Amino acid sequence: MILTKAQYDEIAQCLVSVPPTRQSLRKLKQRFPSQSQATLLSIFSQEYQKHIKRTHAKHHTSEAIESYYQRYLNGVVKNGAAPVLLDLANEVDYAPSLMARLILERFLQEHEETPPSKSIINSMLRDPSQIPDGVLANQVYQCIVNDCCYGPLVDCIKHAIGHEHEVLLRDLLLEKNLSFLDEDQLRAKGYDKTPDFILQVPVVMLCPLAVEGHIIHWIESKASFGDECSHHAYLHDQFWSYWNRFGPGLVIYWYGFIQELDCNRERGILLKACFPTNIVTLCHSIA
Amino acid sequence: MAAVLESLLREEVSVAAVVRWIARSTQGSEDNAGEAAALSSLRALRKEFVPFLLNFLREQSSRVLPQGPPTPAKTPGASAALPGRPGGPPRGSRGARSQLFPPTEAQSTAAEAPLARRGGRRRGPGPARERGGRGLEEGVSGESLPGAGGRRLRGSGSPSRPSLTLSDPPNLSNLEEFPPVGSVPPGPTGTKPSRRINPTPVSEERSLSKPKTCFTSPPISCVPSSQPSALDTSPWGLGLPPGCRSLQEEREMLRKERSKQLQQSPTPTCPTPELGSPLPSRTGSLTDEPADPARVSSRQRLELVALVYSSCIAENLVPNLFLELFFVFQLLTARRMVTAKDSDPELSPAVLDSLESPLFQSIHDCVFFAVQVLECHFQAMMGQLSAACSHSHFVRLFQKQLLQMCQSPGGAGGTVLGEAPDVLSMLGADKLGRLWRLQERLMAPQSSGGPCPPPTFPGCQGFFRDFILSASSFQFNQHLMDSLSLKIQELNGLALPQHEPNDEDGESDVDWQGERKQFAVVLLSLRLLAKFLGFVAFLPYRGPEPPPTGELQDSILALRSQVPPVLDVRTLLQRGLQARRAVLTVPWLVEFLSFADHVVPLLEYYRDIFTLLLRLHRSLVLSQESEGKMCFLNKLLLLAVLGWLFQIPTVPEDLFFLEEGPSYAFEVDTVAPEHGLDNAPVVDQQLLYTCCPYIGELRKLLASWVSGSSGRSGGFMRKITPTTTTSLGAQPSQTSQGLQAQLAQAFFHNQPPSLRRTVEFVAERIGSNCVKHIKATLVADLVRQAESLLQEQLVTQGEEGGDPAQLLEILCSQLCPHGAQALALGREFCQRKSPGAVRALLPEETPAAVLSSAENIAVGLATEKACAWLSANITALIRREVKAAVSRTLRAQGPEPAARGERRGCSRACEHHAPLPSHLISEIKDVLSLAVGPRDPDEGVSPEHLEQLLGQLGQTLRCRQFLCPPAEQHLAKCSVELASLLVADQIPILGPPAQYRLERGQARRLLHMLLSLWKEDFQGPVPLQLLLSPRNVGLLADTRPREWDLLLFLLRELVEKGLMGRMEIEACLGSLHQAQWPGDFAEELATLSNLFLAEPHLPEPQLRACELVQPNRGTVLAQS
Repeated sequence: MILTKAQYDEIAQCLVSVPPTRQSLRKLKQRFPSQSQATLLSIFSQEYQKHIKRTHAKHHTSEAIESYYQRYLNGVVKNGAAPVLLDLANEVDYAPSLMARLILERFLQEHEETPPSKSIINSMLRDPSQIPDGVLANQVYQCIVNDCCYGPLVDCIKHAIGHEHEVLLRDLLLEKNLSFLDEDQLRAKGYDKTPDFILQVPVVMLCPLAVEGHIIHWIESKASFGDECSHHAYLHDQFWSYWNRFGPGLVIYWYGFIQELDCNRERGILLKACFPTNIVTLCHSIA
Repeated sequence: MAAVLESLLREEVSVAAVVRWIARSTQGSEDNAGEAAALSSLRALRKEFVPFLLNFLREQSSRVLPQGPPTPAKTPGASAALPGRPGGPPRGSRGARSQLFPPTEAQSTAAEAPLARRGGRRRGPGPARERGGRGLEEGVSGESLPGAGGRRLRGSGSPSRPSLTLSDPPNLSNLEEFPPVGSVPPGPTGTKPSRRINPTPVSEERSLSKPKTCFTSPPISCVPSSQPSALDTSPWGLGLPPGCRSLQEEREMLRKERSKQLQQSPTPTCPTPELGSPLPSRTGSLTDEPADPARVSSRQRLELVALVYSSCIAENLVPNLFLELFFVFQLLTARRMVTAKDSDPELSPAVLDSLESPLFQSIHDCVFFAVQVLECHFQAMMGQLSAACSHSHFVRLFQKQLLQMCQSPGGAGGTVLGEAPDVLSMLGADKLGRLWRLQERLMAPQSSGGPCPPPTFPGCQGFFRDFILSASSFQFNQHLMDSLSLKIQELNGLALPQHEPNDEDGESDVDWQGERKQFAVVLLSLRLLAKFLGFVAFLPYRGPEPPPTGELQDSILALRSQVPPVLDVRTLLQRGLQARRAVLTVPWLVEFLSFADHVVPLLEYYRDIFTLLLRLHRSLVLSQESEGKMCFLNKLLLLAVLGWLFQIPTVPEDLFFLEEGPSYAFEVDTVAPEHGLDNAPVVDQQLLYTCCPYIGELRKLLASWVSGSSGRSGGFMRKITPTTTTSLGAQPSQTSQGLQAQLAQAFFHNQPPSLRRTVEFVAERIGSNCVKHIKATLVADLVRQAESLLQEQLVTQGEEGGDPAQLLEILCSQLCPHGAQALALGREFCQRKSPGAVRALLPEETPAAVLSSAENIAVGLATEKACAWLSANITALIRREVKAAVSRTLRAQGPEPAARGERRGCSRACEHHAPLPSHLISEIKDVLSLAVGPRDPDEGVSPEHLEQLLGQLGQTLRCRQFLCPPAEQHLAKCSVELASLLVADQIPILGPPAQYRLERGQARRLLHMLLSLWKEDFQGPVPLQLLLSPRNVGLLADTRPREWDLLLFLLRELVEKGLMGRMEIEACLGSLHQAQWPGDFAEELATLSNLFLAEPHLPEPQLRACELVQPNRGTVLAQS
């Protein structure tokens, strides 16, 4: 799903101040029926994360925390079964999972002698049954299962998606008979920064309109949408390093990317939204 | 022309008069009548005198400077002298040309005094130390001259050709070695790094292929003496008045001279030896001879000629000063020649003083002459370099020469770069090389000045130091400092190969040799340059011993702190540390600082440097070895050089001890790039010993203890096993080895060079592959053994397993001995692989005998290479791999127990079409969020959807293709949550209106599906106890009427399927009572507990019995 910058901007525009809930996603799908759900979710998630990064600090002032905590306490006193924490998060435009963490930390500070460690908090968020207060446990759980951008479940889904696409890519490479070294093998050899796959024998990817093809030495799988922000970060942190070390390569954004970002082809970084079909290997056979 | 010289030699005219005669067309008033008469008759020849003199000198020296005759006579004295001089003159003075002869007074004061004063207080007399600490008399007198090893010029970049031990001095007119000044931009970017790294090796071929055209440039033309018939057309014979008697005489003399030389050797000995193509074996048979002033043949004559010659230089009568300087250097560094006495039996003492006899009859003469010239005119020559460009040109020459001479073997402390001494070649083809080594050992001082010797200028370096001191030219020094600084910056900034773990670590060690060599060359060059920079830079400040104190000190400090440093070493050090290039920067910096005067360590600028160095020193804890840290030998090198620096007298002791608590954590580590030179294995033992020869003191100490001698006169026992040609016969293995090597050399000699290259290439690659193979087979097997041993260990010792370090030791002690097999396996591998490779690479038509020999040699060389590496490294390699395996195993055992369990893969028929785990987690999450709410009134799931979801979950769990452990964990947890929601009937169901509850039968079916998934399909642990967590049980509290039957059903099934034990469930139920519940809920919970607990351990019938006890729910249960 390759979008033009304009298309992307249109979608992004619709995502301003939309809470990361099931309902929001459903509305988004209705709004852009022609786009794939995964792409929409990926864009939504990225836009929301950008938004949270921008506003994160204001929710972490001690005044804000105190006010949220008080509102939470007042809310559950009134009705412990009501979605107090979730509503609070949506109201102040903060991610429910992050709000849950904030309140949980605050709660534990009040009830435990020692300030809670990060690992304890994380463990409680993964398994709210460990939270000593039953009401808070339910509230936290509700926030986590209703948050589609943050939280342990979402993290796990993202991780799983990334892993699955790597496996997918590996299968495709095997199918095409392209021998490669994967990240684990490369790490075992002592590389610290490696793409997902390095082709042991480079291939050429032919482009429909170009006479000459592009040499590919390595392939990186990205199970997300390639927007400007993430792509530039990846270029800086990963792709140019790979390019530096291994030569030109291919990045597959499985959930699409902004077309205009594919501007480094000549310099040696190609973008695709799927596995390329027209590959020429060293023995000159078209795969 | 010759007549002028003759009359000079007969002392009929004075040198001054001759010079005046040459310089001026008219006679000076100073000349006496006799001289005037003698010279006036020769007026016509005045203009020709200087060319004559120069050519005469060239001619005379031709037996020394070009390639020697093919069968040079070993001077009888040379070999006899070796054993006769046990422990002869100390090493330090070897090759220091200016010290070859008893120093003149002027020189000794100029050259020796500052150092003597400097080293005096704590270390004893400096010069004595430099000469090996053997006492002043012996060192200074220098009567018996040590071997010329120090003057040996060997291509420093040609360790791969050990048989070529000699070569010519650099050819000044060779454009490659000495490009024209203007043509090369001096900036560091303008040059190819590769040329900069490796000092141009002074190879034999080059000097042969490019004759010494520098001496044929106009107006002085060389006699094309390789063809005697061409003599008549000799340019310098032209333009003379015909019939000139003296000219005829000269020609006659030259003819004689030439015939003599031709008799001496079949190869022309003129300076254009194109025809000479000395074979390696021939060159190998040449010996060096120490220059000995006592053996100078006609001292007076040489002195006179030297005086005339240097006067000519002084008066600018020679066309090219540098050419002459170069010539003198060549004489100075000459190493052998045919002794005239041997080859010219008719030479009588009577002719010794005339021009009839060769001027340079021996190397002693050459050196004596050169020293005479240099003594007279270093300063004078410096004075002539009036233009700045001349200075810079000269400095360039100086620097180049310094690098070339002092880095050649036997030069700066005399170690060949790169290759370890090759025992085979020592014994075999290169017999003379062996003798040379023996001589080296005999000549070498027994102690290099203790474990902490003061900075010295060993070997050729001494000459360059003396040159600087004797010249004492401010301009020269300034230019030299500029040039050295530039070169140091350039080399220091050189992009050396980073540690790219291209191959697996072990094997990369083998392939790293090239990079290591390159690093060594750069490092040694830097050290040398920095040493001289330090020497020159601090020279003006080195004064009387006790450092100034009180007010004087303050004023000096104030003054000196205003002087900008000659090179911004502080910044270079900081940058080096940041870029993790300490291993390159620090050693040369230490050399630089070792010449600092007493004030330097007190200056703030340098104090900073010392502080940085101290911190570095403290941070280099050898035992702390971890990934991403500095390599062990790199650390050792830095520790050695820093330790040495801290002991130098000028560095105050309190600097080290009183430095206020340097932070132990070396902060630059944090900002450093991940990989710098420091992390690369660039230092090997040899480089370590080259840079820090004093480390060898430890060995000597131990050796002397072993041999039971404490060593007289401070020296340690040096045991020399006598090896002579005859004794070799008694050692069959060595003999055959030696013979084999000799044969191999001979074999290659008459084969095309490509054969040798092929064999060497094959040996190199097969040797390297062998190591890789051993690593992939033997070492990998051992690692697997280690892993299974470790598992056993963990089983017997329980989860904790004990201390990892201890475990590692146990494993290594068991496994490392198996490394011994590596050699046999390696030998077998090379034996198996090499012949095929050689066969494939050589032409089909190669004769069978040649082919099989080539194969055998390749096998031998490959085996040698592989076994050398394996025997040195196999234990460390096994250790490292086992260590990695242990930490891997322990990690895997740690936080994620799921990873330990044996995992089943997909079934063989699986086509991996199952839904993706991420999709399922997402779907289940949606159901959970719907159930937990909040939800819109129209939201819900259909029972079919739930059933489908669980079916998909089963598929996903059975196809492991895309499933990763964290995903499985979350799926397990979500499935338990789902079960709890089912039990509590909390899932909003879409269906016919008003039916918002799941039918009991459907719920039970879904629970069955879940139970089956838990039992059959999940491979990781499922947190079933969460079913009885207060939060999940509490879900039941909200339902009206409360339905406990599904929970009871689930608990029973869990027990029945063996998913949970009764005790476990009882415990969970027990802890549930402690939570706070609404009154009625607590009551019902208690009933459930009692119900579950009351059941006997028998399955079905009892279940029904219990249903009877609770008829209201029993009916529901009975439906199943």
